[in-house]
This record gives sequence, structure tokens and C-alpha cells, in this order.
Amino acid sequence: MKYLCLIYASEVDWANMPKERMDSLNKEYFDFTNDIKKSGQYVGGDALQPTQTATTVRVRNGKISTTDGPFAETKEQLGGYYLINAKDLNEAIQIAARIPSARDGSIEVRPVLVFG
Amino acid sequence: MLMPDDHGMAAQQATLAAERNEQIAALYRTDSRRILATLIRLLGDFDMAEEALHDAFTTALHSWPRDGVPQNPRGWLISTGRFKAIDRLRRAARFSAALTGVADQLEAAAPAPDALEEDSLHGLEDDRLRLIFTCCHPALTPDARIALTLREVCGLATEEIARAFLIPAPTLAQRIVRAKGKIRDAAIPYQVPTREELPDRLDAALHVIYLVFNEGYSASAGDSLTRHDLSSEAIRLGRLLTDLLPEPEAAGLLALMLLHDARRAARTSPDGELILLDDQDRSLWNHQQIREGSALVESALASRRFGPYTLQAAIAAAHTEAPTAQATDWSQIVGLYDVLLRVEPSPVVELNRAAAIAMRDGPAAGLALIDALLARGELADYHLAHSARADLCRRLGRVQEAIAAYQRALALTQQGPERRFLERRIAQLGAAPSPPH
Repeated sequence: MKYLCLIYASEVDWANMPKERMDSLNKEYFDFTNDIKKSGQYVGGDALQPTQTATTVRVRNGKISTTDGPFAETKEQLGGYYLINAKDLNEAIQIAARIPSARDGSIEVRPVLVFG
Repeated sequence: MLMPDDHGMAAQQATLAAERNEQIAALYRTDSRRILATLIRLLGDFDMAEEALHDAFTTALHSWPRDGVPQNPRGWLISTGRFKAIDRLRRAARFSAALTGVADQLEAAAPAPDALEEDSLHGLEDDRLRLIFTCCHPALTPDARIALTLREVCGLATEEIARAFLIPAPTLAQRIVRAKGKIRDAAIPYQVPTREELPDRLDAALHVIYLVFNEGYSASAGDSLTRHDLSSEAIRLGRLLTDLLPEPEAAGLLALMLLHDARRAARTSPDGELILLDDQDRSLWNHQQIREGSALVESALASRRFGPYTLQAAIAAAHTEAPTAQATDWSQIVGLYDVLLRVEPSPVVELNRAAAIAMRDGPAAGLALIDALLARGELADYHLAHSARADLCRRLGRVQEAIAAYQRALALTQQGPERRFLERRIAQLGAAPSPPH
């Protein structure tokens, strides 16, 4: 059995965080990740780019509809994730549209943050 | 020392230089957006392409008066812009090794010299479609799509767009920066949509054009002149899209805009008061534009692949083709609303259909539909629902009900001309315009 842990935090706080606080928070994340790696609990994880980079896809009556942003209806919650490999956002949208839950729920497509 | 002849030559040269500058300025007006569209493809970045465009025209201002205008000015500007961008990257690469790789890549992806010749114009037109569909990508916020399209496709300055939308220029600039950021970070590709993508993507592009047009047409606030420019810009965009992509709904939207815009001069009195369709002076309508719009509607309808924009345009055409308000073919209009309701159900379309029924079958039939619609609640706060009800009550002689409905409509609208129109109606029915508090 696997669990996905989704991290919700204030982007504004992250963006305005002083460097020292950011560094110590990063160290906490680093230590935590190391701990769960050592204990064999770690499967996979990535940091995502901020919500302004998100796209929402639905299929209604067989037609794809695409909108910006993560929350079209607040009663929908994230229920799982696929990490897919796509050459660009358009290809990712086409793949996301084939996920069954796109028909009654919605799929949020987020690019993964690449640390330079 | 200058000989008299040299004076003549200097003057002649100055005239020539001024002519060249004018030629370059004219080229900028007609071609800068096409050149930008191609540079974005070649360089893979909006900001880099804008800088390259600027560099290319600056270089032309220096070298064309000296060396003459090249055979293919557009191709020359594209390759000069591209070269300048790579040059900039190389200079910046002295401080960052990663940029050397980018510059090498761009250089290696050099288009063959003849790829920029006039015979590949078709490919360059694809770049303009790529630009439109990227700026109108549904993954961008609607506000950002509008800002980006007006900035990149139409070439309006950030300040001009901000003024037209009555928002501070820094806010608009920020919107554009964010949109470009998302294009880059989420990897929105610079592509013409595939067949499977086209329905969703065309909807998004048409919606952007429609919103720009409405902003200019309905003039919910602000300086009317500036806002009319937005309608013209939307019509220009609509023409560009129909030229590049012969899709019936694109033609339908262009027709809808042309038909509405054709009545602009008759919609308001000289002192800015609202004039309803029935009371408009039809000789003030732009009849050439109406003919063009009607022809577009007919071809879009004939394609049998039309949608809501074409149907709305067909309704507008039915109104504008009537020589007088009395001669309007209301049966045809009701029929078109029936089809529109099936394609795109909405309470506002039902309201308009009810108003058309009232014209075809009499005010009592229309009022029954509007009352049923209002009872459902969705339009309870929509001022036009109450003013339509008021109008039908007035025509049925139900004066008190009419006054109450006009007052309800008045309480729900902020728009100056609409408020004054409602106040006049209330006064005509012999009541004080403001409802008691």
C-alpha cells in the first residue's frame, strides 16, 4: 500500500520567506526525506511549481474542455496522481483527458519544478 | 568646402533617408507582428523575440539608408533579428555556461536561407496562427489571454490596453509577465492545434475575440472612443483568424461582430442616450458591413458545422436585413432562438426568445414565458429580465406592474445610459423614477 502526501502551504509565505527561514525549512525537509529513506518508507516525491502554472481538464459529452487554475469546484479534492512524461502541455492535456476521472471529476496538470 | 552641387546632393540624400525611414515605419506597421510570430518560433521565447524584433528594425534604420532596401525585407528582418538574439546570448554566455549551450542550439537550428524567402510564406502564416493559439491558450487565465493577444498579436502598447480596460498599467504588465511565465514553465508549445485539440482551442480563441469586442461594444464605463477601438481591434482579429483558418464558427463570430458594429452610429443619440433597435434610424446603419456580415452568416450556416456565434449572427442578420422594425421576420427569429437554445441552453437566451415570441404572438404570450423564467430565480437579479417584463406589462396596459418592474430594473443597473432610459420610461408612465426607500 502506498500513500500520497500532498503538501498545502501558503505560496505567498513561501515567496516572501527570509533566506534564513527558507534555508532552515529546506534543511528540515532534507532531514525528513533522509529519515524516511533510511526507514524504507520513501517511494517518490517531487516539489511542484506554484498554482499559477496549473491547468484543469474535463471531458463532457466526449468534448475536452480546458481551464486555467487548480480549483474550478471547491468540492473536488485531489484523490491520486499519475506522474507522466509528456513533451509539452498540449500532450499532457491529451493524456490527462484519457484518465477516467476526467469524465466526472477533473485532472490538474502541473509541471514538476526542476531545481537548477 | 561644399560646392553648390553638394548642397543639392545632401538635400537629396536627406529626402531619400526620410523616405527610407517612412518605408521602414510602414513595414513595422504592416509586418512587425508576422516577423515577431516567426521570431518566437525560431528563438522559442517571447521576450527574446521582442528584443530581436526591436534590434532588427533598429539595424534596418542604420543600414538600409546606406546599403539600400534588401530584396526581401521581411526575410532580412527575421534573419537579422535571429542573428542579433544569438549574438546577445553569446555575450551573456561569458557569465553563464548554460547560455552557451542555448546559443549553440539556436545556431544549429538555423533555417536554410531560402526558408525565409517569399515562397515559404505559407509557413510564416502558420507562425501567426501559432501566435494566436498560444496567446489564447485555455491554460492561461481569461484576463491574461486578452492582454497577451492584444499585446503580441495586435501589437498594442501595454499602456493602451490598460487604458482601454480601465486598469493600472503595472497590473496589466504583471498579467502579461505571468502569462509568459506560465507558457515557459508549463511548456505550452508554440503550435497550431491538432484536429483533436481544435474544438476546445478554437472556442478559447473565439472567446477572447468576443470578450474584446464586448468590452468595446457594451462600454460598461469609461471613454467611449477608446473602447470603440477595442471593437475595431476585435474585428481585425476576427478577420485575421478567418483568413488564416477557414472555420465556420470563426466566420460566424466575425459576422456577429460586423452586424452589431454596423448599428453603432444608430445606437446612441448625439447626447449619449440609448436608442432601442425598434427606434433606430436605419439609414445610419453601415449597410456595406451588414452585407458582408450577412454573406458570412450564410456561408457559415451552409457549412452545417456552425455553433452559437453563427446562430447569434443569424439572429442579428434577421434584424438588420429588415427594412423597418415592423417588417422584422419574428417567426424566423424565434426559430433561430429555438436552435440556439438546443446548442447552448441559457436563461438569457430563453429571455430573448420570450421577447421574440411577444413580437410574434403578442405581449401576453411573451409575458407568460418571462414570468415562468423569473419564477425559476436564475434571472432574478438580471436588470434586462425586469425591463423586458416591464415593457410587456406596459404594452398590456398594466401600468402599476410596469412601473414596479422598471423600478426593479433601475435598482439593478449602474450603467448611465440604461438608467436614464429606464427613468424616462417610468416618468412616461406617470410615476417618480426612484423607488421609495
